[in-house]
Amino acid sequence: MTLQEIQDQIIEEFAIFNEWMDKYEYLIELGKDLKIIDTKFKTNEYLINGCQSKVWLHAELNDDKVIFSADSDAIITKGIVALIIRVLSKREPKEIMNADLYFINEIGLSDNLSPTRANGLSAMIKQMKMYGMAYNAKLGNK
Amino acid sequence: MNFDIEKIRADFPILNQKIYGKDYIYFDNGATTQKPIQVINAVSEFYSSINSNIHRGVHLLSEKSTKAYEDVRAKVQKFINAEHEHEIIFTKGTTDSINLIAFSFGEKYVNKGDEIIVSAMEHHSNLVPWQMLCQRKNAKLKIIHFDKNGELETDKINDLITDRTKLLAVTHISNALGTINPVKKIVQLAHNKNVPVLIDGAQAIQHTIVDVQEIDCDFYVFSGHKIYAETGIGVLYGKEKFLNEIPPYQGGGDMVDHVTLEKSTYLDLPFKFEAGTSNYVGAVSLGIAIDYINEIGLNKIAEYETELLNYATQKMQAIEGLTIFGNAKNKASVISFLLKNIHHYDAGMIIDKMGIAVRTGSHCAQPVMTYFDITGTIRASFAFYNTKEEIDRFIEAILKVKQMFD
Repeated sequence: MTLQEIQDQIIEEFAIFNEWMDKYEYLIELGKDLKIIDTKFKTNEYLINGCQSKVWLHAELNDDKVIFSADSDAIITKGIVALIIRVLSKREPKEIMNADLYFINEIGLSDNLSPTRANGLSAMIKQMKMYGMAYNAKLGNK
Repeated sequence: MNFDIEKIRADFPILNQKIYGKDYIYFDNGATTQKPIQVINAVSEFYSSINSNIHRGVHLLSEKSTKAYEDVRAKVQKFINAEHEHEIIFTKGTTDSINLIAFSFGEKYVNKGDEIIVSAMEHHSNLVPWQMLCQRKNAKLKIIHFDKNGELETDKINDLITDRTKLLAVTHISNALGTINPVKKIVQLAHNKNVPVLIDGAQAIQHTIVDVQEIDCDFYVFSGHKIYAETGIGVLYGKEKFLNEIPPYQGGGDMVDHVTLEKSTYLDLPFKFEAGTSNYVGAVSLGIAIDYINEIGLNKIAEYETELLNYATQKMQAIEGLTIFGNAKNKASVISFLLKNIHHYDAGMIIDKMGIAVRTGSHCAQPVMTYFDITGTIRASFAFYNTKEEIDRFIEAILKVKQMFD
């Protein structure tokens, strides 16, 4: 699936929720289902400190694609993390660094992603794009 | 109780709106308080008809502006029962007041090897400036700890004080735990050993009658925005003796007597500490807010807020898996709590969606969180315009959170 296709798919999934509460309940489910990050990556080295909720992010290059894994101590934050990983993981570095994550706005979660929110999500996306940029440079030098 | 809650609520326009389609409930009064229409109108009227810079002009409106500003100084003096009007210094807020003392008092009295005492329940604003002072002067910071209920271990104060102790700084009411500290007793203990005391009144000034002469503290600081006035205006009360002895904090206009290119002489109190154009409009708003509070009566406000605190505490204690942090015998209307296995940020997000404003996180008191081995709490803080009905809706919201995360 392309970056656009997967975002459109998420937008469609969220379209069925009329109530904010259903949406958040879905995020909670996603958060619970997110594959737990390897505990060896749950250290300060991988921590993106959001002041209130913490996010751990790990990236590795596999077959020229970036594989992200992440975790958060807050479950709703984790649910949103799961969505972002679904969109950005297993993609080429270049695609990641240039990604326009329009689905966040479309599903009404942009409030949660603003840099003033102390949940680490905005910083996480920035960090993911940095990884994209770094791996892109690495691949270019091959 | 003779307390016309409907009339009071009608004075606060921000309360009469819907957030996410629900009647707005504001339980974040510890962070800042809402403004009565009297304050809002006074600011607007001031800008519409009086505004001119103070202490400078020969013209009529500048005179009026200056008088309005100085009248508030007298009002604050009376409000906290200071001995002299010039013991009231206007600042930007509590943090600014503390930094002023940490700098100026530090310059005058603190040297290498000296000691400053603070408590472990301080807001960062009454901790970091002292850490900075100690670093600057190579002095030592000593800590008064608190117990699991959030009560300060005042019996340890005597042992903490040595002949190197230069100042003790402590909060009147803890913003994170709600504890009302026995400040008068603490001042007595410190004064017995000739140690001056600064009291952080940011969370107290709006909830309890403050009489600086009765407390006998040497410095008392608070912010206007916590007592229904504008942001950016604060007060530093200091005993004349100290304020005269310590050097100015900032230099600039309005604080000098005679200036040559080589050196300047400074004005007397209180102007010595008010460099630059003061927030005189903020001061005017503070004056109106004090009038407003006085009209209702701080005694009545305190009584009503205690009623709200007891009502909420009782209801919350009945919720399974809910832990309240801060169970001091003498407590202000602040409830810090957590729900078992639920992150405070998650809970806060859902409570927000229900139209209720609370605060989550460490409340700028990270050492308090460290003590309880948690990363933060959910904090509901009530003011006299809140109601039991709002608390009922808050309880429903908590139950909803529990259900969603189960």
